[in-house]
Amino acid sequence: MKTVDNIHVFVSAIEEATPLVKRFTLRRLTGEKLPSFSGGSHVTVVMRGGERTFRNPYSLLSSPRQTDSYEIAVRRDDRGRGGSTYMHSLVTVGTPLEISHPVNSFPLSKLARKQILIAGGIGITPIMAMIEDLSLGMVDWELHYSARGPDDTVFADRLSERHGDRVRLYETAFGQRIDFHKLVGQQPLGTHLYVCGPSLMILDAFAAAQAAGWPPSHLHAEQFRAPPTGEPFEVHLAQARKTMLVPADQTLLEAIEAAGIDAASLCRNGVCGRCELNVLQLDGELIHNDHFLTAKDRSSGTKIMPCVSRAKCRSLVLDR
Amino acid sequence: MVPVFKTDESFRAPFHYSNSPAAIRRFPFPFDQDTFMYSVNAEPHLPGPVGSCCEFPIDIDEHYLGECREREIVLAADTDRCLALPHMITAQWDVLELIMTHLAHDYPDHFELRRDGNHWRWINRALGRDDHFTFGDVTTLPQEPLEYMTRQTQGDWCILDQRNDSLWLDAGMVTTQADWSLNFNLGMNFREWHSPVPLASELGVFDRALKLLMNLRQGSPVRRLNWSMTIHPRLDTSPEQFPVWGPDRTSVTPQNVGEILHLRVELQALWRLPRSNAIVFSIRGYLINLRELVTVPKWGRRLHRVLKNMHPALIAYKGLRRYHETAVTWLADYDDGNSTTPGTQPD
Repeated sequence: MKTVDNIHVFVSAIEEATPLVKRFTLRRLTGEKLPSFSGGSHVTVVMRGGERTFRNPYSLLSSPRQTDSYEIAVRRDDRGRGGSTYMHSLVTVGTPLEISHPVNSFPLSKLARKQILIAGGIGITPIMAMIEDLSLGMVDWELHYSARGPDDTVFADRLSERHGDRVRLYETAFGQRIDFHKLVGQQPLGTHLYVCGPSLMILDAFAAAQAAGWPPSHLHAEQFRAPPTGEPFEVHLAQARKTMLVPADQTLLEAIEAAGIDAASLCRNGVCGRCELNVLQLDGELIHNDHFLTAKDRSSGTKIMPCVSRAKCRSLVLDR
Repeated sequence: MVPVFKTDESFRAPFHYSNSPAAIRRFPFPFDQDTFMYSVNAEPHLPGPVGSCCEFPIDIDEHYLGECREREIVLAADTDRCLALPHMITAQWDVLELIMTHLAHDYPDHFELRRDGNHWRWINRALGRDDHFTFGDVTTLPQEPLEYMTRQTQGDWCILDQRNDSLWLDAGMVTTQADWSLNFNLGMNFREWHSPVPLASELGVFDRALKLLMNLRQGSPVRRLNWSMTIHPRLDTSPEQFPVWGPDRTSVTPQNVGEILHLRVELQALWRLPRSNAIVFSIRGYLINLRELVTVPKWGRRLHRVLKNMHPALIAYKGLRRYHETAVTWLADYDDGNSTTPGTQPD
């Protein structure tokens, strides 16, 4: 299906939360309220940078109940593909941007008896909006927020002020670490765990929970990762009748979009399955980097998730 | 188009129902080919042609007053036709907002919504309502939001929670259904509640449909059509009421089939809800008897062929067996053997 209409916004404020993290406030060009959303949601920000268009997902950290504006926070990563650098260097107050409607791949369970939130560094962003939702309800919750030091611990003061004992901070530069085994060992049945942070943190938290017998359905994670880069490769789109090169630092999906071809996508992170394309012909191998296809799908070589996956091939023809 | 409401309809014995010529022309005839088989058949729920039943996201037509009255009657006798598990309260408010904003925007002659922060005022001139309430505060409404709102709409509404890689039927207002029970299905997931449908699983229809719905996004609703047949213009063909309507299937004769056999088409629309991240699924039913239907020659021709060639398992599942042959024989008079134009629109 065709891609949806984006929402046109402008940057109404920028706050330097830490030397590495900027908080952007976005408002609709028309002044109308933005759509309501559920905590954990993200929007895809479209940055038209002249030569290149970036489409990066950023979690909404603002309150779902106050949608005169949205707030996102971007951590600068100059070794990345350029999206965060663009946001930090080229976006100023007044810059117009396009954003998608909010999408939630990290929702809160409505049935949990208790909610444990774990945030690492910039992973605090979706969790802030989730806390806004939780603070309206009656279910017990707590936040364990780990970061290297003050430069990485954004918004912690705000959170501690508002929520007191429910918020526990850990500064790893001073040797403070979340004890996952202890944490998961002392929770009532029906507790859900949510982790947003580096992949190692997610792995540690989940390993501890699984060892303690938590059901997988009670464990939730959101990972901020840039799509993997790799060797450039050529791809031919059978329906569009176009051949294009996928450069090392662009995803297959981005290359298709850059060629002006409409391509379905949603999470752009390899988890939702929306962008799936059929492989008509392959001379080489597919490099699957997603978390969606089954093992059978992968080995069949007939499907690929272009938002994160690549190929090492002499030829690749897709059904698009 | 501003619908003019009929004021004396009855969807239970003694029946009193008919479609105006305009209603006939806008009927959502579902068959675009001369044979029918299950498919996902979902498309974006974008505005259809002016005057069509898809012109607006939520359709109000000439049967509005009659259908609201019918819902009232069903609920007075059986409160289990509207059920909501406690964790779906946020989703109920999402649905109230969706319906109010669309109706007020698209039918300003009949509905008005004024909002001042969380203080809302809803005016429904058709039903004579003028209600002030606080959005989010259930004590300020006469019923929970889903029941309150859907008592003022046509068609059934189901709210699905998204969790554990599936969708769960956790709330609904279901008074006009084609033989399925909300009370029985409440709490089931997508595959569970579809398990009685024959053939579709083998075709992979449900796997694809579930994938599509799990990725449904705010601002991009989808729709599809579903169909069955009903004897008499009866909306409440629930399992709970089977003793009342079941015997009707034995009452079809070659003399009365044109009058009492109705094609029943459901326009189903699905929206992603903002605050709850749930999905609301509206099932908007339209009824037309064979006599009215064949006034559109293309439809008479096509329906004859669809029924004649239907897979026996589908005939059985859709409850058509007892009168299938009678219907096909009657419709044969309206099939001149010519080819039909593509699509579902009248010529």
